[in-house]
Amino acid sequence: MSFADHLPLLVLLVPLLGGVLSVFTGGGRVPWLWACSVTLLTFLGALELFSIVTTAGTRTYALGDWPAPWGIELVVDTLSAIVITLVSGIATVVTFFARRNVEKDIPADRLNFFYSLWLLAITGLLGITATGDAFNLYVLLEISSLTIYALVAMGKETDRRALPAAINYLVMGSIGASFLLIGVGYLYMATGTLNMADLHETLTLMREAEGGFNRTVLTSFAFITVGLGLKMALFPLHTWMPNAYTYAPAAVSALLAATATKVGIYMAFRFTFTVFGSDFGFLQPPNSTVLMACACGAVLFGSYVAIRQRSLARLLAYSSVAQIGYIVLGLSVLQTDAVTGSILHIVNHALMKGGLFLVVGVVAWRLGSSDLSALGGLGRRMPLTSAAFVVGGLGLIGVPGTAGFVSKWYLLSGLLSSGHWPLAVTVLIGSVLAGIYVWRVVEIIYFRPPDPRHAEVSEGPVTMLLPVWILIGLSLWFGVHSAGPVALAGEAARTLLGQGG
Amino acid sequence: MELTLPTIALLTPLFGAILIALTGRRPDLREGVTLLTAVGLFLIIASMWGPVAGGERPSAHLVELMGPGLTLALEVEPLGLIYALVASFLWIFNSVYSIGYMRTLYGARSEGQTRYYICFAAAIFAALGIAFSANLLTLFLFYEVLTFSTYPLVTHARNEAAFRSGRIYLGILVSTSTLFLLTATIWTWVLTGTLDFTEGGILAGKASAGTMVALTCLFFFGTGKTALMPFHLWLPNAMVAPTPVSALLHAVAVVKAGVFTVLKIAVAILGLETMRQTGAGDVVAWFAAFTIIVASLLAMSQDNLKARLAYSTIGQLSYIVLAAAIATKSSITGGAMHIAMHAFGKITLFFCAGAIYATAHKTKISELGGIGRRMPITMLCFLVGALSTIGLPPFGGAWSKWFLVQGTIEAHDIAFLVVLLVSSLLNIAYLLPIPLVAFFGREPQAAADGEEHPPAEHGEAPLLCRIPIIVTAIGCLLLFFWPRFLHDLAALAAN
Amino acid sequence: MELLGTYNYWVYVVIMMIGFYAVIARHNLVKKVIGLGIFQTGIFLLYISMGVVRGGSAPVRGPGTPPDTLFANPLPHVLILTAIVVSLSTMAVALAIIVNIQRRYGTIEADEIHRMDREEAEAPAPSPVSAGAEEVAG
Repeated sequence: MSFADHLPLLVLLVPLLGGVLSVFTGGGRVPWLWACSVTLLTFLGALELFSIVTTAGTRTYALGDWPAPWGIELVVDTLSAIVITLVSGIATVVTFFARRNVEKDIPADRLNFFYSLWLLAITGLLGITATGDAFNLYVLLEISSLTIYALVAMGKETDRRALPAAINYLVMGSIGASFLLIGVGYLYMATGTLNMADLHETLTLMREAEGGFNRTVLTSFAFITVGLGLKMALFPLHTWMPNAYTYAPAAVSALLAATATKVGIYMAFRFTFTVFGSDFGFLQPPNSTVLMACACGAVLFGSYVAIRQRSLARLLAYSSVAQIGYIVLGLSVLQTDAVTGSILHIVNHALMKGGLFLVVGVVAWRLGSSDLSALGGLGRRMPLTSAAFVVGGLGLIGVPGTAGFVSKWYLLSGLLSSGHWPLAVTVLIGSVLAGIYVWRVVEIIYFRPPDPRHAEVSEGPVTMLLPVWILIGLSLWFGVHSAGPVALAGEAARTLLGQGG
Repeated sequence: MELTLPTIALLTPLFGAILIALTGRRPDLREGVTLLTAVGLFLIIASMWGPVAGGERPSAHLVELMGPGLTLALEVEPLGLIYALVASFLWIFNSVYSIGYMRTLYGARSEGQTRYYICFAAAIFAALGIAFSANLLTLFLFYEVLTFSTYPLVTHARNEAAFRSGRIYLGILVSTSTLFLLTATIWTWVLTGTLDFTEGGILAGKASAGTMVALTCLFFFGTGKTALMPFHLWLPNAMVAPTPVSALLHAVAVVKAGVFTVLKIAVAILGLETMRQTGAGDVVAWFAAFTIIVASLLAMSQDNLKARLAYSTIGQLSYIVLAAAIATKSSITGGAMHIAMHAFGKITLFFCAGAIYATAHKTKISELGGIGRRMPITMLCFLVGALSTIGLPPFGGAWSKWFLVQGTIEAHDIAFLVVLLVSSLLNIAYLLPIPLVAFFGREPQAAADGEEHPPAEHGEAPLLCRIPIIVTAIGCLLLFFWPRFLHDLAALAAN
Repeated sequence: MELLGTYNYWVYVVIMMIGFYAVIARHNLVKKVIGLGIFQTGIFLLYISMGVVRGGSAPVRGPGTPPDTLFANPLPHVLILTAIVVSLSTMAVALAIIVNIQRRYGTIEADEIHRMDREEAEAPAPSPVSAGAEEVAG
């Protein structure tokens, strides 16, 4: 086997070992440098893997040379390759950004542990995306979740409310994961296998033999859907998220918002399409109506509550609730364009929201707070940071020329061509509401008089602005040059929906 | 990206904006760059007139936005050329005027003037993008760019009133375009699989009569920049902007972008033939007729000069919306001509209003008594602009109204004919009293408390303000005697 | 007697629900976590009973084992060992956070903490809007 054949494993192994070794990196800037190099290495591997998958097709890797379905298999198809590249790329940028925020939020003698958890969380997220085994997915999910609970709780140094937020997240997250575990158990009971591809085959055979699914499979589907709904913060199971994002250290919020929720949605895609299959009876009405209703509720409720927030981080968190609604909406209608839109939005929203949370990081580092009341007059004193917020915000609204527009275009054309008018209207109303919550902040930044407490604030340092503008700039780039991403997402969507490819 | 004439024209103001940003610290240089860019731009666009009138369609493919069929592409056709010519020509004189106006009122180095000139250039860039767009997606993109690039201009004063108006401005324009225009665009894409502007429209045979009516409503109301009632409130609110902004953007570039969009969509997406057969424009036509009458009545009740002009604009824009909704050849010709005619007339009126404000610091019509004796040239030009807007010969506005009336007759719609005639009378009623009062009225004396209206000692407007006023007023006159080139382009657009 | 024949599943459901109830209904964070533990223990039972093969022996294969011996399915047992480890780690993280909460808040009652947070949020700038927003955020 050549080096390239081992890439699916290496992408996981590098951050895993890096995370463990990070404990021994001592203090000062060494842990941060270590984390930066590890994520960068991972990202380079992911890029290589991405180019292999897009040219040569799906890669599989049998762990320990145990052939699937007995051994655990890593499967990297187009969708996984997209998400792996996204997660590792954003992780690299955010890690590079994180130093100042982390030095401010975390005691100096725990930096090595912080970055250890940080890398392990990334390992878990990458693992979820790469694995082809349902139970392995649960384990990796718990690796990422447990480290993220701890990372959120580390916000306690600046705000003790991080602790209740973390325990709340932990309880809800563990219930979600347990539901997933139950669902996987039932699936195993019904089929006797845990390999995703094998599961799909067995389930298809069963359905053809029995003319439908038995109750075990149905129960499994229900548990998995609810469990993943909790994990990806789908309305009305989102309640853990705003507090966790608000009180976690700023760098952690950025990482979570850009990657963790996206991986949650990735799992939903995997289970819905790869395991159960798009022709699976439940995603037809009236069952899909439940999912659609949740998604619409997410869009409307998340946007509306975002309008009323007093803290920028919290506003963005509720905006994430709404944006997750868009993605699930695309998933729920099972139409190629809509699913393409969803996949695009996973990437585009990760870039935009990651960039915006980095803006929050800069603001929090400079002002010591992300309350909207502290942002008055920021447009003059931190022009580049403010401009980044405006551009990212325009992306959330979906103004043409930004990446948000492209994903919304596909989502809407999918919804309209499959005749889901009410859903399309919901998406449009959501954009208008997004306009309101974004513009409320823009008005404060540019029109409100400066807060006297922060009169001396100046622009953030280059090492913080660079990562912000990398993400925001990419979201603009993909807004104009989106033919490539669209083609790729379209291919991934067709593969998921089983239409060739 | 292909570097053909349309692309060069499009990039010129963008390049200018960058130069303005770089020279921001030296006001004279900065404004020199603005003027140079404007003149250069006009020359580039004018050079396309010959080929386009001869049947050529200079085009350029910019970037493949989302894959096949969803690209950013430019194509110059007669209707867009009219709009681009008008906007770029008036930009030259509006820049001259801006320099005079802003320096008189705020001084050359006041804060935010660099931003002002940058945003202006960006707005012209967006307007050109709209004018030259080869498909609906390109048009929609530049339409939104125009909205956002003019927002800093509307809120230039940065006070409470400015940002409240800015909120209404963005609120109405963005929500109508998102809710209706985007929906209609995607719906069209789903129905036809193309968004390219095509002669005769792309919806023929692809949409039922009901769908056509719905689409037409979505398109027309979605183009909030037409200020069609009930989505007109942003226009009076945008009047908090400095007068040059109101003049070029809210009498020419922005609002004309709206009516240009509806004309273009009627001609090249919905298709005139299809529209007439399905009666798709009927609902919109009635809304437009209603807007024409009500806006004129509202204009009469305004005492603030700029507000009266704004309501007058709302009414005049609806002429063009009505023309697009009726969808006959003459009406489209008239609508296209009215883009230019109304632009010259209305920008003259706004220039005068700004000159009065900059010189005499008066904004209310009731205060204007006798001002014509102090500022004879300004008020004479105001009279010219008013007569052209009303549509009386020997001024340009007469021609476009002629074709509009002819269009209603072709469509056998006497009701709309009556509306046009009644509104002309109303135009006279709200526009002519202003110069009359100015020339023959009494100058307001110091009020009883001695403080309220001290008669300021002032003469004519500053030279840099006067020149553009005279030029545009003469333009109104010339367009009556030489309407040929404009009419030919407009007729080409309607065919 | 199908219902009784599947009694092991009944037991698992009952245990799970007891745990779930504790998570939802208890305000004391430690009790919540205990509930979470019980909930997860229920799932362990599900997996273990899944692997049972009637008449099968422990899946240990020595040199003298006859080739046709019936074994219990070992895979679910292996899986659940992993899950037990995960559950244990969850417990550890949860308790560590609770210890910190006790230090910083002086209580581990969820409603007390919620009240303190709300008072803190309202203290600098009392605003009914934000209080309502907190309510929604739960």
